[in-house]
Amino acid sequence: MLHIYCPHCAEYRVETEFHAAGQAHIARPLDPEACSDQEWGEYLFFRKNPRGLHHELWVHAAGCRKFFNMTRDTQSYEIKEVYKVGEKPSVVDSPAQQKAMSMETVSEETVSGENMSGAQS
Amino acid sequence: MTQQNRLINGGRIDRSEPLTFTYNGKKYKGYKGDTLASAMLANGIDVVARSFKYSRPRGIVAAGAEEPNAVLQLGATEATQVPNVRATQQELFNGLVSASTNGWPSVDTDVMGMVGKVGGNMMPPGFYYKTFMFPESLWSTYESVIRKAAGIGRAPKEHDPDTYDTINQHCDVMVVGAGPAGLVAALTAARGGARVIIADEQNEFGGSLLNGTEQLDGKPADEWVQTIVEELNTYDDVMLLPRSTVNGYHDHNYLTIHERRTDHLADKAPVNQVRQRMHRVRAKWVVLATGAHERPLVYSNNDVPGCMITGAVSAYINRYGVVPGNDLVVMTTNDYGYQAALDWSDAGRKVVAIVDTRDVATGDLIEEARKRGLNIIPGSAVIEVQGAKRVTGVSVADLNADGTKIVGSVTKLKADTVATSGGWSPVIHLSCHTGSRPVWDDTVVGFLPGPTLQKQLTAGGVNGQYETEIVLQEGLDAGQKALAEVGLAAVDVVLPTVKTLKITAPMSLFHIPHLKPTSQAPKQFVDYQTDVTAAGIEIACREGFEAIEHVKRYTAMGFGTDQGKLGNINGMAVAAKALNKTIPETGTTVFRPNYTPIAFGAIIGRNSGALFEPERYTAMHKWHVEQGALFEDVGQWKRPWYYPQGNETMQQTLNRECLAVRNKVGILDASTLGKIDIQGKDAREFLGRVYSNAWAKLAIGKCRYGLMCGEDGMVFDDGVTACLGENHFLMTTTSGGAAHVYEWLEIYHQTEWPELEVYFNTVTDHWSTATITGPNSRKLLEELTDFDVTNDNFRYMDWKQITVAGVPARVFRISFTGELSFEINVQANYGMPVWEKLIEAGEKHGLTPYGTETMHVLRAEKGFIITGQDTDGSVHPYDLGMGWCVSNQKPFSYIGKRGMNRSDCVRKNRKQMVGLKTKDPMKVIPEGSQAVLDPKAPMPVPMEGHISSSYWSESLGHSIAMGFIKDGLEKMGDTVYYPMADGTVIEAEICSPIFFDPKGERQNV
Amino acid sequence: MSDLNTMTAAESAATKAAVMDQLPSSEIEGQSPLHHADLLSLATQGPSTGGIHFREHKLLGHLTLRCNAENADQLAAVERVLGVGLPIQPLTSNESGDYSIRWLSPDEWLILVPGLEAFEIETKFRDEMPGHYSLVNSSGGSTVLELSGENVVELLQKATPIDLHLKAFPVGKVVSTLFAKSTTTMRRTGEQRFELVVRRSFSDYIWLWIQDASLEYGLVIEA
Repeated sequence: MLHIYCPHCAEYRVETEFHAAGQAHIARPLDPEACSDQEWGEYLFFRKNPRGLHHELWVHAAGCRKFFNMTRDTQSYEIKEVYKVGEKPSVVDSPAQQKAMSMETVSEETVSGENMSGAQS
Repeated sequence: MTQQNRLINGGRIDRSEPLTFTYNGKKYKGYKGDTLASAMLANGIDVVARSFKYSRPRGIVAAGAEEPNAVLQLGATEATQVPNVRATQQELFNGLVSASTNGWPSVDTDVMGMVGKVGGNMMPPGFYYKTFMFPESLWSTYESVIRKAAGIGRAPKEHDPDTYDTINQHCDVMVVGAGPAGLVAALTAARGGARVIIADEQNEFGGSLLNGTEQLDGKPADEWVQTIVEELNTYDDVMLLPRSTVNGYHDHNYLTIHERRTDHLADKAPVNQVRQRMHRVRAKWVVLATGAHERPLVYSNNDVPGCMITGAVSAYINRYGVVPGNDLVVMTTNDYGYQAALDWSDAGRKVVAIVDTRDVATGDLIEEARKRGLNIIPGSAVIEVQGAKRVTGVSVADLNADGTKIVGSVTKLKADTVATSGGWSPVIHLSCHTGSRPVWDDTVVGFLPGPTLQKQLTAGGVNGQYETEIVLQEGLDAGQKALAEVGLAAVDVVLPTVKTLKITAPMSLFHIPHLKPTSQAPKQFVDYQTDVTAAGIEIACREGFEAIEHVKRYTAMGFGTDQGKLGNINGMAVAAKALNKTIPETGTTVFRPNYTPIAFGAIIGRNSGALFEPERYTAMHKWHVEQGALFEDVGQWKRPWYYPQGNETMQQTLNRECLAVRNKVGILDASTLGKIDIQGKDAREFLGRVYSNAWAKLAIGKCRYGLMCGEDGMVFDDGVTACLGENHFLMTTTSGGAAHVYEWLEIYHQTEWPELEVYFNTVTDHWSTATITGPNSRKLLEELTDFDVTNDNFRYMDWKQITVAGVPARVFRISFTGELSFEINVQANYGMPVWEKLIEAGEKHGLTPYGTETMHVLRAEKGFIITGQDTDGSVHPYDLGMGWCVSNQKPFSYIGKRGMNRSDCVRKNRKQMVGLKTKDPMKVIPEGSQAVLDPKAPMPVPMEGHISSSYWSESLGHSIAMGFIKDGLEKMGDTVYYPMADGTVIEAEICSPIFFDPKGERQNV
Repeated sequence: MSDLNTMTAAESAATKAAVMDQLPSSEIEGQSPLHHADLLSLATQGPSTGGIHFREHKLLGHLTLRCNAENADQLAAVERVLGVGLPIQPLTSNESGDYSIRWLSPDEWLILVPGLEAFEIETKFRDEMPGHYSLVNSSGGSTVLELSGENVVELLQKATPIDLHLKAFPVGKVVSTLFAKSTTTMRRTGEQRFELVVRRSFSDYIWLWIQDASLEYGLVIEA
């Protein structure tokens, strides 16, 4: 069971107090009406599923009920950092690893993810 | 014949406290301090099980958690039955009742025994797959026969009378194992001021020190152990957990410990005491001092009772005062194996021979054996054992230098006990639990804990260190390191002096060759519990299973409840040899939690019976119970379902409740509806973004119904929201959806629109809601308030703050039944007093309490949806015919707008909600029924949609249904058919879902 | 009976939020969430010694305040109304006389006051508090349970995953966390005394749970 540092409560709590809320930094398009069906579908449904570093949104559901972000290694379960909504991660894959990852996973280009990162504020 | 193998003196048993126990219906005696296994051996019980596949007699092999054979069923009564108890770990108590589980009808006369003796090849490796796979329909038959014959034990058929619980612990240093390394590590950490937990699976601390005759500081080792335990007990922040197995090591230094608190006292826990407790520990640092398990050697007929491991022989003699036989042959690949022979001769029984697989060995223990004139046979091995239910003799032959071949002639020796030692396997199980891969070490001849991400230290036997002096030093080092890591200063700990033994190098040998090839030699068992032989592993390799994981699954090696603690390394060695690889090249399988079997009770803890799941009650719950209501689960809420009177059937109750509402007045406890208080100047804007309809103009004092959609445009919740103040709203949600809706509002506020000034607060529990509905509801309300509640002063969809029955209330004039209704909300502390006043005053108006089922019928008569019943995540507002609840005038693209305008959402042929009126008015279409256009069409018949809500309407005198039909809104008047499982077909006409009072006049009077 | 406590729409609009005196006259007795358990009878009939002591502090005024901890004007207003300031540090509480405030989240606090004062304090807040905030009377939605005694820490360790060692959980600390399969806001009020704010609808479950888990220590009901 993960031991998670809540950046709002400023202490470690057990995983059962939290809910995972999916991939972090998925910003709602500012003008949904301007999105094509494909763009909207990508915003709604397409998510990364990396082996390794992943940026995730969590909520301290049984505690302060605040959402926050986490950089987590999906393979080792190591939590690299937690940071507040609106902040950017300090732990990111090196460009080389990102490239390797994008070749491993389904065509990254169809996912609009990167240009949205950090836009959530 | 009483305890013929018991020594007159010695051991840690208390001869002044004799205990009686039962094994397979026969009574025996033992002593306090015995394990069930030591008492059985004292009484000369040889056969404790029949083997899994071949049904061969099996005896006790080991003295601890690694025991594969003596796995018994315990329990004096049906309710206290416990399967899968290792006799080597069960402390003896007076009145203990045990039975063997393998063997049918009994271990001594076994019908399955024929399989083993006559047809040894009837169950080759992979036998499940080859034999029992087809036909699949017969699997349940196979399974019951296999289980009965193999005897995996059984669960009690009655309710377990004992209490189990779980407890959460936190510490700086968690020490696993209280042998010499663990004790020193714990002592060091404790002296440094750390919060320490030290756990050991045995009843007393000391580990291997309790099994031997070693001296520390010139005194018996147990005296040193006692001093350490006494000091540990003086620290407030140190917790000592004997009888506690650390069963799991999980991510982020989280450990689960299975503590058996009363299993050693009696069949059942003393009154009010907890039988077993699961400790869930979060440790800053973990010290694994788990020691090592001795490996038996693999030779022909090595499973005949009387074949043991040497360490177990020493443990039974030294700790329990039991010599498990008369004439001993030791076979060893290392110096430590000699200790069993020395202990045996000290106990006054005959050591027939010590067979050393090495040509030359000159360690201190060998010299001691020589000095005593024991018969040492170097460069040789026991290749085969004679005997059936007990060893009667052994065949000894010379080995070549690398142990791969028999050379020279075979000598037969008479003996009843064979103790073997193939070296020691570090107990790396816990380290593996967190995903760390173990690493082979040629010097240790075993796997060591591999690199890990956990804050983990290891000390002693788990590192392949078996010399007490080194083990103690490693314990000290681990303790000091842990102190430094948690920010505490190093402390002084003086280690006891121990005699250092001169040890000769062990030989790396696992599988003893036979004169015949392995496939033809008498069975050489690798894994006793799953009956895997060396020949079986060779076959698996020959059949193409090269990865060790596949060999394991194909042969079932390590699949028993002992997880292959004794056999796995030997099996890997056999596979390596067959594949012509080294052991590290072959690799190892890893271990998962739990280390030893654990009672389900300890996992469940208190979460059973009444505490299995929280039951949420409203303030009026007690009244509903007293009125004989039946309850429906809505989320965790218990809601009154219906209130039967006398001998009413459910339908009769519903008919009565429905008619009461339509003709007089009914009362419903609606407190469970989710309620969210919303404040802030942007509250109105926020509502407009999360609801599909418009909120800009809702005036203070007014209520409005809203639909909530996901970004995909699909409806997921609905409810009425009231404007309490210009910047103040009260939102209601479905009873089951409240928590989700609250989180939905928060996630959008926190992550998307933090600039909006709005705050949300859950007030579901704060307000109690009594809904009175029906033509008499106004008359009833008038009796309890001075406020003018006439239609002129209190309009439909208004809310008023008034006093009801003397209690300040917010009353909402909204309706889910189509009747004139008032939802009376009071602070929940006053919910019951107001409810009781309503019931009292309502009597003359024909007030009838009704439950959720009547509520469902009444709302269906009106065509009102229930989200989650009439919606399933694939339905948008237009599909529901609720386009009136969608505003496209709002400037902000509210949640759901873009989604419901996707091409798939606006296409033709979507399933739309309609009413369905059966041609036979008495027929109620079962919910979930599928509509077809032509009941005679050939299969597969195209399906047009399903029934989502369907009831008998007593008010209308016919059945009603809501359901989905492709383009249904354009097919009013058409006929559809619902084929039933029994071959009949229900015919229905598509109609408006509003069956009752289509103009909505009744709610607006 | 009268409807004088009714706030007119105009008055409500003036304050932008609806404030309501929710209490009836004293002849009507409120029923706390554990009313049905009849703790008074249990207290008189039950054992007087045991490792766990249990008491319900019923019918208190519970006010949930959400505001901006960085707004000095708001902080000053709170102090003016309650005579005690908002605890700004996470997981802390402040207390003065009958008034106590618990940190719930960076923008949320739970204020407990005597039951009869809730409306008066709410009204004062509406007069004093500037800026964007919300104040909600949640008195009916929860109750306060006090657990004490020599085994209280062990009992709570079975229910919550929180580290209760005095070094990690000093007197005055407050956490919102799990309690068995429910939740609670828990504050330490003494070395061996804790205050649990629990939701009304879950209170019977928690009460059952405490009784079951106290069996081995002995449960003393106080009322």
